[in-house]
Amino acid sequence: MQLCDTPAHELSILLRKKKISAKEIVESCLERVAAVDGRPGSLDPGENSSQDNQSVHAMITLTAEKALAQAKGLDDKVARGEPLGSLAGVPFTVKDIFCVKDTLTTAASRMLANFRAPYTATTVERMLAQDGLMIGKVNLDEYTFGSSNESTAFQPAPRNPWDTNRVPGGSSGGSAASVAAGEAAISLGTDTAGSIRQPAAFCGVVGIKPTYGRVSRYGLIAFASSLDCPGPLARNVTDAAMLLKAIAGPDRQDATAVTKAVPDYVGVLDQGVKGLRIGLSEDYFKIVYMDAETGEMLQKPVPDEVRAAVYHAAEILKAQGAEIIEDVPMPNTRYAIPAFFVISRVEAASNLHRFDGAKYGYRTAQPKRDLREMYQATRNEAFGLQPKLRILMGMYVSAAQYSEQYYSRALKVRTLIRRDFENVFDPGSSYHLDALLTPTTPTTAFEMGAVYGDSVLMQYADQFTVTANHAGIPGMTFPAGLGADGLPLGVQLLGPDFSEPILLRMGRVFEEGTQAEAWRLQKPQVLRGLA
Amino acid sequence: MKEEISVEVFNHLVGLAALELDAEQATYLRRELNLQLQVIHELEAIPLEEDLKINAHGVKYEASITPQLRADEWIPYEDVEAILSQVPELRDRFVVVPNIPHEKLD
Repeated sequence: MQLCDTPAHELSILLRKKKISAKEIVESCLERVAAVDGRPGSLDPGENSSQDNQSVHAMITLTAEKALAQAKGLDDKVARGEPLGSLAGVPFTVKDIFCVKDTLTTAASRMLANFRAPYTATTVERMLAQDGLMIGKVNLDEYTFGSSNESTAFQPAPRNPWDTNRVPGGSSGGSAASVAAGEAAISLGTDTAGSIRQPAAFCGVVGIKPTYGRVSRYGLIAFASSLDCPGPLARNVTDAAMLLKAIAGPDRQDATAVTKAVPDYVGVLDQGVKGLRIGLSEDYFKIVYMDAETGEMLQKPVPDEVRAAVYHAAEILKAQGAEIIEDVPMPNTRYAIPAFFVISRVEAASNLHRFDGAKYGYRTAQPKRDLREMYQATRNEAFGLQPKLRILMGMYVSAAQYSEQYYSRALKVRTLIRRDFENVFDPGSSYHLDALLTPTTPTTAFEMGAVYGDSVLMQYADQFTVTANHAGIPGMTFPAGLGADGLPLGVQLLGPDFSEPILLRMGRVFEEGTQAEAWRLQKPQVLRGLA
Repeated sequence: MKEEISVEVFNHLVGLAALELDAEQATYLRRELNLQLQVIHELEAIPLEEDLKINAHGVKYEASITPQLRADEWIPYEDVEAILSQVPELRDRFVVVPNIPHEKLD
């Protein structure tokens, strides 16, 4: 196994034992990037070549020199016998929505293509402080607005390492693809409706959306401030736990970052699941979709293989002592996307007002008579269609005459979604669940171009994940097999506030219980031809 | 399908949003907005209790986990030049923009 494919926790041990150097780790990752990633995203990409169509394109900015300088610093530290951080020697990528000082921070938008962040996000600062090694900043949907990465202004868009004709998911598609392809061991993403969990599921990696407030949002370019959660993507549960431990905790720069003590997520991993109660809900086995001709909202069952993956995970957990409770009612699940269409758009429109070409970022080159004209031309030229769509919807549903009908109602529905979870997690209830086990996505990764442009269908890719964002609760996806198309299937655990340790324990039990299964031996397509 | 957002309403929104769109973009965006509104109308099917409170964050911010507000103190940023260097047009450390339209208020 090459170093770039080695789990983060093993790399850290090998480095401490001086069996490998940080320089070797970084070089291995850079070699992998060179082998599979193809050209990085850019604003003027021209036509895709056939080589482009077979590459991953996770990167926007490769920070090779910085990574090698960091590695040298870390190797010196090892040589001097100094104490090392928890992520010592762990190579990571960062979704390009986080500010990193003196590094381009683009949000995958023309608007910020030239923006060099003057400070570093708390999460990234903590990863660096724990001696992690930043390999680069990775692509995403423009401003995180999407579920496929195709909306990025930096093309070629990322592709799924398991099949480069498929999307990696989104919006943290570059994060998921970079980890699945071995370009880094872990990645920092964000999740507003499922933007960590959906791409993690599509790319066959682990992804965690922490409890809202568990991880600071300082330095994250905001989409929907009441829903956004930074969180880890990794190739296994232990590495995800390591990263969560490094980034969680209070932050004086973020008044929503809670002061609750951070548990030892790694230390609890092997505590098993005996006696834990895990629910299954039929409300998470139905796909809601819009009839293309009539516009009517319809429902159909999830594909059999998706259902089977969830039940297989339940069996594994049951065999280790968990109790499985079926038919758990979650009646407001189907309203999560309609409510998200309102709440997220209002918050996005508000957050996007600051991008006007006056103080930083893109400004139109056209001479304009006045400030308003400058704003309009700048925003027209620099925003792609997806930001424009969100601004317009946000303005419409929050207009004074519609606010009660749409925005206030959506916030109340959010209360009902939260209540669904409270009812089944309440220790005094008849269900008193420790977690709910669901599919992460309705399908495996879809083909490039198959959904992009249909904003309703794209949003419904998040229908099983967005409930956790409304409720503020944690969610974790982990790989649970391969579909008939050979693509990863993800399974999701949802738990009460701050129950990440429990979810991680369940994920670890599943991981151990399936180590011998044949699908675990399969590799992503882009890695099959490599030595 | 019903088109709740008419061309007139749409154009008004575009102005409020400080955008300007070509015809192709406008057609696509208005269509998608109307489709999304159709989905949003699903919310009307839900009976809501009269005293149902809105939910701002999902998580309940109980006193035990809520950070204290920082003192309202001005802390100068240590690297002003890094911020000024981002400004598209700068003159004598002032941000230059085109004329700011003014309306005389009675």
